Amino acid sequence: MSAPSEKPTPGWLAALPAAWLAVFFLVPFAIMLGVSVAHRVPGGFYEPGFELASYARFLTPFFGKILLTSVALSAGAAAICVALAFPFTVILARMGRRAQTLVLVALLAVLSLSEVIIGFSLSTLLSKTAGIGNFFAWLGLIAESRAYTPSFFALMTGLCYLALPYAVLVLYPPVSRLDPELGEAARIMGASPMRAFWTVTVPMLRAPLMGAGILVFVFTLGVYLLPQVLGQPAHWTLSVHITDQAIFQSNLPFAAAMAVLLLIVSLALVGLTLLLGRDRAGAA
Amino acid sequence: MNGAVRTGYVLAILALLAAPIVVVAGVSLNAQQALLFPPPETSLRWYGALFTTSDWLVPLRNSLVIAAASAALAVLVALPLALHVWSRSGWLARALSTLGVAPFMLPPVISALGFLVFWVTIGMYGQMTATIVSHGVFLVTLPVVTLSLGLGAMDPALVEAARTMGATRGQVLRTVILPLLLPYIVSGYAFAFVLSLNEYIIAYMVAGFTVETLPIKIFNSLRYGYTPIMAVVAVLFVALAVAVFGLIGRFGNLPRLLGADRVEER
Amino acid sequence: MTDLSLQGLSKRFGDVAAVDDVSLEIPDGSFVCLLGPSGCGKTTLLRLLAGLETPSAGRLLVAGEDVTETPAHARRFGMVFQSLALFPHLTVAENVAYPLSIRGRPKAECRARAEELLALVQLEGMGGRRIHQLSGGQRQRVAIARGLAIAPRLFLLDEPLSALDANLREHMQVELRQLQQRLGVTTVVVTHDQKEALTMADIVIVMDQGRVQQVGPPMEVYRDPANAFVAGFIGTSNLLPCELGEGEIAVSGHRIALDPADRVKARPGAAMLSVRPEDVRIAEDGLPGRVSFVRDLGESVQVMIDHGDREITALYAPGARPEVAVGQEVGLSFAPGGRVVLPA
Ligand SMILES: Nc1ncnc2c1ncn2[C@@H]1O[C@H](COP(=O)(O)OP(=O)(O)OP(=O)(O)O)[C@@H](O)[C@H]1O
Ligand SMILES: [Mg+2]
Repeated sequence: MSAPSEKPTPGWLAALPAAWLAVFFLVPFAIMLGVSVAHRVPGGFYEPGFELASYARFLTPFFGKILLTSVALSAGAAAICVALAFPFTVILARMGRRAQTLVLVALLAVLSLSEVIIGFSLSTLLSKTAGIGNFFAWLGLIAESRAYTPSFFALMTGLCYLALPYAVLVLYPPVSRLDPELGEAARIMGASPMRAFWTVTVPMLRAPLMGAGILVFVFTLGVYLLPQVLGQPAHWTLSVHITDQAIFQSNLPFAAAMAVLLLIVSLALVGLTLLLGRDRAGAA
Repeated sequence: MNGAVRTGYVLAILALLAAPIVVVAGVSLNAQQALLFPPPETSLRWYGALFTTSDWLVPLRNSLVIAAASAALAVLVALPLALHVWSRSGWLARALSTLGVAPFMLPPVISALGFLVFWVTIGMYGQMTATIVSHGVFLVTLPVVTLSLGLGAMDPALVEAARTMGATRGQVLRTVILPLLLPYIVSGYAFAFVLSLNEYIIAYMVAGFTVETLPIKIFNSLRYGYTPIMAVVAVLFVALAVAVFGLIGRFGNLPRLLGADRVEER
Repeated sequence: MTDLSLQGLSKRFGDVAAVDDVSLEIPDGSFVCLLGPSGCGKTTLLRLLAGLETPSAGRLLVAGEDVTETPAHARRFGMVFQSLALFPHLTVAENVAYPLSIRGRPKAECRARAEELLALVQLEGMGGRRIHQLSGGQRQRVAIARGLAIAPRLFLLDEPLSALDANLREHMQVELRQLQQRLGVTTVVVTHDQKEALTMADIVIVMDQGRVQQVGPPMEVYRDPANAFVAGFIGTSNLLPCELGEGEIAVSGHRIALDPADRVKARPGAAMLSVRPEDVRIAEDGLPGRVSFVRDLGESVQVMIDHGDREITALYAPGARPEVAVGQEVGLSFAPGGRVVLPA
């Protein structure tokens, strides 16, 4: 039976985006997987094959430490960002539409900034000649201006700067959809504002908060430039090494193997976030 | 928390976010080729230099071409995708919606390396087309999200009404859906444009040595000699982002676009 | 001539039969009201007529032509949606002329016809406005004008007046009915307001659980319900289980002789007695009960009487208010001719 249909597009039209994304998004990942087990030709690129040599290199203490550094940096940044972003988002969501729009424009502007520009801006801010060193010296807090970069502090600041707008925007939909009457109901029943926040708002948003933490974690896991600009070589993350191996060491199989590892970690965490979201939807 | 503390907290965070940009804006005004803040002497000469030094003019042109083309590509792919997902269920719709959001959810280094080996394999490594297509795929998520929001806000009865009045499927698309979706198409394009302009790692891995974009140029200068032009570019990027998102906020509903349902007019 | 013919029309969503084997003949130019409780399948049936839903079984004929397979846009029907579905990006006139412009008619013709239609619904001179600049009642009229723009073969409306306040609603009911009579277009209106159905329709269709329970002129459906569901749904009937015997019925053991004017539709044995409140009378003896509530409704006085676990409603004219008090034991009788015995 030919269905009288009110679908706005014919079914075959979906083949276009499907084919496009399959060719330019899925195929690259498949090739990357292939490259990660290919045989490296020193000086050249690689030749097809199947060996796990690239994966075996992870088992050295050196790369174990890199993985640990990456995870620790991202976990730290995720914790700080969510802690700062959550009260920020709660306040933001209660503001008037005009004020919200202004703050959102600011956040989007910062969010869209290239890591390069953020790295450059922060290194300037923390530099000896143009940054807070000057300011502190002028205040008399320190005797003479000094640079605060490169350092662990500078790198962590950079990661948080990069991820904070992201954390706010991830938290924004669930927080702004939270019925304000729930908190008000708690207030009427005698809870102080702080108590209402901790006993109603926070528990209701547990899943989105965890989700935001994981997403920020994955997001900062992919940071490849700030460690080079703001950190010391000891702070180089997996992402920096992927870039380094791919471009400067010309070891594509090893870079690909690291990317696959990073992909698995990311996918597992994103999957976990989706699962958390579903539990919540199921409970509601 | 009382009102003053709340406002104070929001302003403090915003001030921290603004601090590096303020310093960079100051640095961009240095009269000398030096990064000093506050600048001892001020001048706008580096703003002129960006548009006259071929060193910077070529990356500027590259960046604009790539951003304009890849954002258009992203919208062109996102439109049929979002329409399909909106009006149908089933495995294809689910697969498409996952494919639509995945590129932006994964750390870009991974996609960048994927694109690198892909373009090397098919022999287009180092071409601008490769950068454009890669950005188009990477940023497809943004128009997918804005278009899905726009479609979600649309009354499905509008489509049915048009059908009962004699409109064919193509006419429904042209006379009802696309006009109503236009604001979301524009904002999806704007998001993708701004983010492509700022994107570094994919552009770098896919064609970093042959097609230099502004972020690549800045990073190279960061390594091989500072110049206030870097600060100028940073300032212009911030200004552009503020202008684009400000316009969207002015003529559209930014809170709604970012997922809030309950924002009162106040 | 039979204009609209539904033949075994069904629509299933999974295992829910939203519309279940509906067969009807509707004469040309009728004003039909589809009535039934929420979820009974009214909207689904209307969407089947419009071609927005594919039937799981059955056929639909318009003036003898089978349109079951004809897609919605080729049926030349008019429809007013519950949400009205006016296009926010078009002006009032552009909305009204949409069915014409989509058929490639010249601009001048579209403009002239839009003016004409807007005059028909008393919205002259509002063609240049945007939809959001109109009141609820004005939007309603725009939607009606738009539905009539191409002189439809069939005009379908899904709860078109449900969003309006009581006054405007009554006013629009009259206008809609007059407009329909003037144009003579066969019209099907979904409503769950029985007063609306009874005052507007030539034909009322009562539905429940996807099935048609009764079809007929409003007074017939009201006076002579086909079954207990219709009796309970239309108006406020008192329904009492009873035992049907030879020329009499027994309600909880109490015998009542039937009058030739009473309608008996059940077979002897267990049945259901239906009596309208205005046919219930309080007497010295009769069916025993206890007054539980008396209230003055202005145009009538309502008395509620408990009989076992059932509550029976009696309605009196204000002048004939019975001398009863809450808690008083009374007897009940039912006016001869007002008793309908239905299958249980
Ligand atoms: N698209 C659908 N998918 C699944 N079930 C549906 C769908 N549309 C309707 N139904 C079911 O079909 C039945 C009839 O629905 P319908 O909307 O026709 O009722 P209705 O009589 O118009 O009710 P109301 O007066 O509340 O509008 C309901 O049980 C409903 O849940
Ligand atoms: Mg309905």
